[in-house]
Amino acid sequence: VPRRTLDDAMLEEIEDLLVASDMGVETALRVTANLAEGRMGRRLSVPEIKEILAGEVARIMEGVARPMPLYPKRPQVVLVVGVNGSGKTTTIGKLASQFRAAGKTVVIAAGDTFRAAAVEQLQVWGQRAGVPVLTAAQGSDPASLAFDAMERAGRDGADLLLIDTAGRLQNRQDLMEELAKIVRVIRKKDPSAPHNTLLVIDATTGQNALSQVEIFQKIADVSGLVMTKLDGTAKGGVLVALADRFGLPIHAIGVGEQIDDLAPFDPQEFARALTGAA
Amino acid sequence: MFENLADRLGGVFDRLTRQGALTEADVQTAMREVRTALLEADVSLPVAREFTRAIERKATGQQVTKSVTPGQQVVKIVHDELVRVLGGETDPGPLKIDNPPAPILMVGLQGGGKTTTTAKLARRLKEREGKKVLMASLDTNRPAAMEQLAILGQQIGVDTLPIVPGEDPVAIARRAKTQASLGGYDVYMLDTAGRLHIDEVLIQQAADVRDVVKPRETLLVVDGLTGQVAVEVAKEFDDKIGVSGVVLTRMDGDGRGGAALSMRSVTGKPIRFVGLGEKLDALETFDPERIAGRILGM
Ligand SMILES: Nc1nc2c(ncn2[C@@H]2O[C@H](COP(=O)(O)OP(=O)(O)OP(=O)(O)O)[C@@H](O)[C@H]2O)c(=O)[nH]1
Ligand SMILES: Nc1nc2c(ncn2[C@@H]2O[C@H](COP(=O)(O)OP(=O)(O)OP(=O)(O)O)[C@@H](O)[C@H]2O)c(=O)[nH]1
Ligand SMILES: [K+]
Ligand SMILES: [Mg+2]
Ligand SMILES: [Mg+2]
Repeated sequence: VPRRTLDDAMLEEIEDLLVASDMGVETALRVTANLAEGRMGRRLSVPEIKEILAGEVARIMEGVARPMPLYPKRPQVVLVVGVNGSGKTTTIGKLASQFRAAGKTVVIAAGDTFRAAAVEQLQVWGQRAGVPVLTAAQGSDPASLAFDAMERAGRDGADLLLIDTAGRLQNRQDLMEELAKIVRVIRKKDPSAPHNTLLVIDATTGQNALSQVEIFQKIADVSGLVMTKLDGTAKGGVLVALADRFGLPIHAIGVGEQIDDLAPFDPQEFARALTGAA
Repeated sequence: MFENLADRLGGVFDRLTRQGALTEADVQTAMREVRTALLEADVSLPVAREFTRAIERKATGQQVTKSVTPGQQVVKIVHDELVRVLGGETDPGPLKIDNPPAPILMVGLQGGGKTTTTAKLARRLKEREGKKVLMASLDTNRPAAMEQLAILGQQIGVDTLPIVPGEDPVAIARRAKTQASLGGYDVYMLDTAGRLHIDEVLIQQAADVRDVVKPRETLLVVDGLTGQVAVEVAKEFDDKIGVSGVVLTRMDGDGRGGAALSMRSVTGKPIRFVGLGEKLDALETFDPERIAGRILGM
């Protein structure tokens, strides 16, 4: 295997590799600096470098890899939020199926009362997962649907209530206020709810994911992340920047459009895919 | 969240504060900042690299006018070059939809905004150009995708091809073509299922649809928040299906929109429209000046 001396030129190539994964310049520089520490001037092969890099990335990600926590609450309320088209509805379908397979009783609330056929889409997922879907008329207030759904889930003794929401960009104040209201109304019913607020992020997203996390966290108290569409070629490097800056747990990743295409977040595997380590 | 280019360069040149021509050393220092600004705006690395090289050539030796600082001068050079690349050398002219019925094929990754954009564009063609438009959903994949388009059609008063359960996308495309001819439509728009650029089966399926209808326009619909993968996506869709234009959605967000530069540079295809919201009137023609300003955070 050919070896090269670790010098500035090589560090720049490494930084580029990380930037190309959507890690962002700042985080890429930091990871590269960590790699360089104590290794400058050493002769290393490309596989060795990738191995070290993967280790660095995995180290950062290990602290945030955590499955969605379950609480002895009934219903445990899971609110799913995110920008448009990121994969919220699909992820709810997948989650419902997983929890059901784990023996939980699940109810879904179709809280996207805005987008055309959002309810119909979720109903299909409900059927696939074998889980009831509570709906309201298009254009109706999502907060009151959430409230009704909590009552119904409580009455039925459901273990989990998964609430879908309409996609919204985090800079749209009107829509963020609507989300804040959903949270307020849920808390009226149960001050400890939502017990999980999942922010769904599309892996093709670049640096805007930082702003997504920052603002959704502020408005809706995000408790964990799901990254979808990692079955594509996007590496999702922005997760490293997010882990670095916000430290929110990453619960799962979406790896396809089918019901079983939701996997736990595995930091080792993620780091290897990101760096191209064997 | 990110520093804009003017601030970055201000910082760099404050330390130098030179007058006269931009020296090679000045420009090289500035280019580091330009590169970082582009990358933070999600311009793809190879595109950012090529772009900075072009700027470097243009900027070296340029006289700094009295009224501006070297930093402002570089920002202007970068801005002008961005506008030039984003706008392209030649005006793409209007969409090629004379010759009725003219097919428009909409393609892209999952969740990018194809269905919504199909309806937005249909509405625009109907209202601004008086076109009689038919929309058809070829999305046999995503739950309720066809219902979504049908509802949008009702909202804007545009016909949609009746849904026939079990039909495959190529057959639907054929039926849309026939219906468009028989029904005296000016334009028929084919909304397709989202697909990954590396999904050979689904990409081939879109190519098969293309071969059946021979679209006059094939629009690649891309999320304006897309990061580094933009180059690869644009290249694959263009190579395998053939793209005539790009639509950038979610530009109502606070993303910098660097994907616009990536797409344009790699495919050379015009960016036709930008999506600015969920509502069906939230579609505007592409303005290179505005996007250039955004990429630079100005
Ligand atoms: N390839 C791939 N596609 C996915 C994944 N998750 C979701 N999708 C697709 O992405 C598209 C959007 O998914 P949705 O679940 O409708 O997204 P959403 O966030 O609910 O969208 P809105 O409600 O419109 O904001 C659909 O075509 C899904 O099939 C994934 O992990 N991989
Ligand atoms: N804010 C904003 N949202 C948009 C824009 N364009 C589309 N959307 C939203 O993005 C989400 C996905 O849009 P769709 O039109 O369903 O996307 P698609 O590409 O057809 O999705 P698939 O068919 O699943 O691949 C929806 O919530 C739309 O309302 C836009 O310009 N701005
Ligand atoms: K997307
Ligand atoms: Mg949804
Ligand atoms: Mg669609």
